[in-house]
Amino acid sequence: MRYYTYFPGCSSSEGGAKAYGRSTQAVSKVLDIELIELDDWNCCGSTPYSSIEEIASFCLSARNLALAEKRGFDLVTPCSSCYVILNRTNSHLKEYPQLKAKVDEALGAGGMEYHGTVRVRHLLDVFINDIGYDAIAAKMKRSLGGLKVAAYYGCQMVRPRPSFDHPENPQSLDKLITSLGGEPVPFPLKSRCCGGSLIISEEALALDLIKKILDSASVNGAECLITPCPLCQTNLDAYQSRVNKKFKTNFNLPVLFFTQLMGIAFGLGEEDLGLKTCIVPTERVLAKYL
Amino acid sequence: MERRIGVYTCHCGSNIAGIVDCEGVTEFARGLDSVVIARDYKYMCSDPGQNLIKADIKEHGLNRVVVASCSPRMHEPTFRRACQDAGLNQYLFEMANIREHCSWVHVDKKMATEKAKALVSAAVRRVYYQEPLETKEVPVNPNVLVVGGGIAGIQAALEVADSGHQVYLVEKDPSIGGHMAMFDKTFPTLDCAACILTPKMTTVGQHPCIKLMTLSEVEDVSGYVGNFKVKIRKKAKYIDEEKCTGCGFCQELCPINVPSEFDCGLGKRKAIYIPSPYAVPNKAIIDAEKCSHLKGLAEGKDVCRICQKGIEKKGIVGCEADAIDFSQQDEIIEVEVGNIIVATGFQQFDPTVIYQYGYGRYDNVTTGLEFERMSNASGPTSGEVLLANGQKPESIAILHCVGSRDENYHKYCSRVCCMYSLKYSHLLREKVPEAAVYQLYIDMRCAGPGYEEFYERLQEEGVNFVRGRAGEITNIAERPEEEGKLIVICEDTLVRRKRRLPVDMVIMSCALEPRADAEQVARTFSLSRKADGFFLEKHPKLDPVATMTDGVFVVGCCQSPKDIPDTVAQASAAAARALAMISKGKVEIEAATAVVDEEHCAGCRVCVGLCPYKAISFDEEKKIAHINEAICKGCGVCVAACPSGAITGRHFTSEQIMAEIEGVLV
Repeated sequence: MRYYTYFPGCSSSEGGAKAYGRSTQAVSKVLDIELIELDDWNCCGSTPYSSIEEIASFCLSARNLALAEKRGFDLVTPCSSCYVILNRTNSHLKEYPQLKAKVDEALGAGGMEYHGTVRVRHLLDVFINDIGYDAIAAKMKRSLGGLKVAAYYGCQMVRPRPSFDHPENPQSLDKLITSLGGEPVPFPLKSRCCGGSLIISEEALALDLIKKILDSASVNGAECLITPCPLCQTNLDAYQSRVNKKFKTNFNLPVLFFTQLMGIAFGLGEEDLGLKTCIVPTERVLAKYL
Repeated sequence: MERRIGVYTCHCGSNIAGIVDCEGVTEFARGLDSVVIARDYKYMCSDPGQNLIKADIKEHGLNRVVVASCSPRMHEPTFRRACQDAGLNQYLFEMANIREHCSWVHVDKKMATEKAKALVSAAVRRVYYQEPLETKEVPVNPNVLVVGGGIAGIQAALEVADSGHQVYLVEKDPSIGGHMAMFDKTFPTLDCAACILTPKMTTVGQHPCIKLMTLSEVEDVSGYVGNFKVKIRKKAKYIDEEKCTGCGFCQELCPINVPSEFDCGLGKRKAIYIPSPYAVPNKAIIDAEKCSHLKGLAEGKDVCRICQKGIEKKGIVGCEADAIDFSQQDEIIEVEVGNIIVATGFQQFDPTVIYQYGYGRYDNVTTGLEFERMSNASGPTSGEVLLANGQKPESIAILHCVGSRDENYHKYCSRVCCMYSLKYSHLLREKVPEAAVYQLYIDMRCAGPGYEEFYERLQEEGVNFVRGRAGEITNIAERPEEEGKLIVICEDTLVRRKRRLPVDMVIMSCALEPRADAEQVARTFSLSRKADGFFLEKHPKLDPVATMTDGVFVVGCCQSPKDIPDTVAQASAAAARALAMISKGKVEIEAATAVVDEEHCAGCRVCVGLCPYKAISFDEEKKIAHINEAICKGCGVCVAACPSGAITGRHFTSEQIMAEIEGVLV
């Protein structure tokens, strides 16, 4: 059994990506991983907030790191956004002493301190590097026999700094799909922006970006997409019908979390997978694997 | 004998005096044991500075001298000479480095001064125990080894050979010529590369003083400056070079097609082939990995041999000169030389790793070298610029700095890319005048005679210069005019806009990088490498061809990226250095060598195996180790290893080193 401190983030705990949280826990259990939820965690600091209230955002983020430091394990999150924000807090506190002084003061007011020792990791990183593709494949109950999957990484997980995968041509999800018997399709827009939160403030612009991504996946023969990011999943899934309406297209591509796809291969049930929470229906494509 | 030590502290202008209190150091030195005089002066290395030392030696009867100044790499010989001139043995001099090791690396003046004092104290204590030593002179072997047969090696070999001295030119490929032989034209004069290079290549091939060894590699170098022993592996070509006439008929018979290295894989060659139309030597060779007969032999089968025996049914005879010899083996050739010139060149950066540029994924995304071959009349398209589908391009983008000036790959500027990119533009204007040509650059670096003028000329020729590094090349069209095109996405930093340039062809001006085998070559010739991987010269400004290994020189792109004029100049410089040593006829050997105390040597031979220079032999009669002083470099490995303490490193005795350490600590 391997132990990690778990930071679910707002989306996969109570938000729109509950299925992500559920499937993350279920798949981790199969892989002998124990994810111990961080007690009393709060918002990661969030990308939009950090552009408005920078210091406050860093303090929010650092509070999580301070809590995690006491536990001693690596801090794992399934959300790409949380991953980037928490990591950025870690590196900024090291690089900018003035920022650190302000954050230390804020933490101190709450009787907390942070020494910069927490390693923040993405769930996908833990799966492929700590567990490994072979060990994952060994847990497979049914192969995804030739299912054509577009691996959509989104823009955040592999940027701005190269971490566990290549920023321009990431491969980890593609290899994961292969090891589960699926077939990753060529997908040039695999790490292009999905529009992020602009879907709320600049809908036309975001819909255009979403359309390009769906188009690239579809042209290359994908039957579904997988992603490690709750916001990407929401944009590609929930706004697919609006894209169809606006651009007179007829995309019908289920968008799953990568943990849901792993869960299918591991033989888990709907209770753990939450496939019914997907807006674009998944049955047509996935029925034969269930 | 009483020790009378003089200490001289150098200000080096403000280089040292700006941080270190030189007067304070001098005052401190005056108080040290056995110091009879201490002075400080603005520039110790100047004539007046040296004269101070010389006068004091005579006037005050000094018998030991310490100079506290810069690194001994530059000026130790200067001060040693000054001591010699005044009648003091040069080994009774010691240098304290208070510049590189002190003033240049510290900011706290007080602490730096204290450190300078400690370094002076160490040098004074050390010099106390130093003994006079005599240097030896050995004759210089007048033969020269040149490694690498590109333009650098060719030039160096010709310069030496023209003076009548024997040159061994070793080239790993089947022909000399290197990268330059692959080029079409050369900037900025637009001379045809082959036209100016092939005369030199044939001269090398025919020169009575040059022994050319192609498909050969240096395996081992031993010895020392003036007297190197070199082991060369001459790989089997399976052709008797004496008999082969270079008629090329065998190539026509051979049924095996292989991508041609000379054409960057764009064209084909056979398994038996002459590497290029102007190959030197102009002889065939057989590619053992591709030849079906040689592959068959390994399995005990006798197949093919069409090149040798012809096709009987059709009445075609094989090699009439009977030059093909499938039984040929690699040969080891040993030569003795006095100097070695390393000219192993560069390799082109492989842009496959820059995924977003799509090299290897998209058709018509090419490298610079590929374009050179395509544009060359002897190349796979006979000099026509063609797309993969055989049509002419209507628009072409040239990307600068691919792999250069990029912290992900190479931080350095490859120096020649701006200019050869301009050359490509000119060739494109000439060959496909209807096509639009875009240059995507960061800065235009056109420093050199006629270079800026060439840049202006290209602006007048109607080339589109876009200031911005390409971010991505994609084939996903967003507008009708982009359909079926490669779209180069960049930020045009002059108009401050993101641009999408739809083009038919992209040429990437790739970085020049150290060859993949640079580390192995460095080890063979005892060279050091810079942070960027190129070979390290002795001094970047004042000694750019010599290396830290005496008698070994580096020239051309193995030292750093450079253009043809600079390469030729550097090659000539190295040849001049080698010839200077040859004409002097002898070389001084460092006296700081190891010596065996015959009384204490137990004959265990531990040192014999450890010596990296093979300087130690075992005297079977006396049953003791013997060190050849001419070969010994004084590295001290044997001194440290000797279990009975029977070996002493002259000028680095335990006494001297302990005294130096004590000097720093007190």
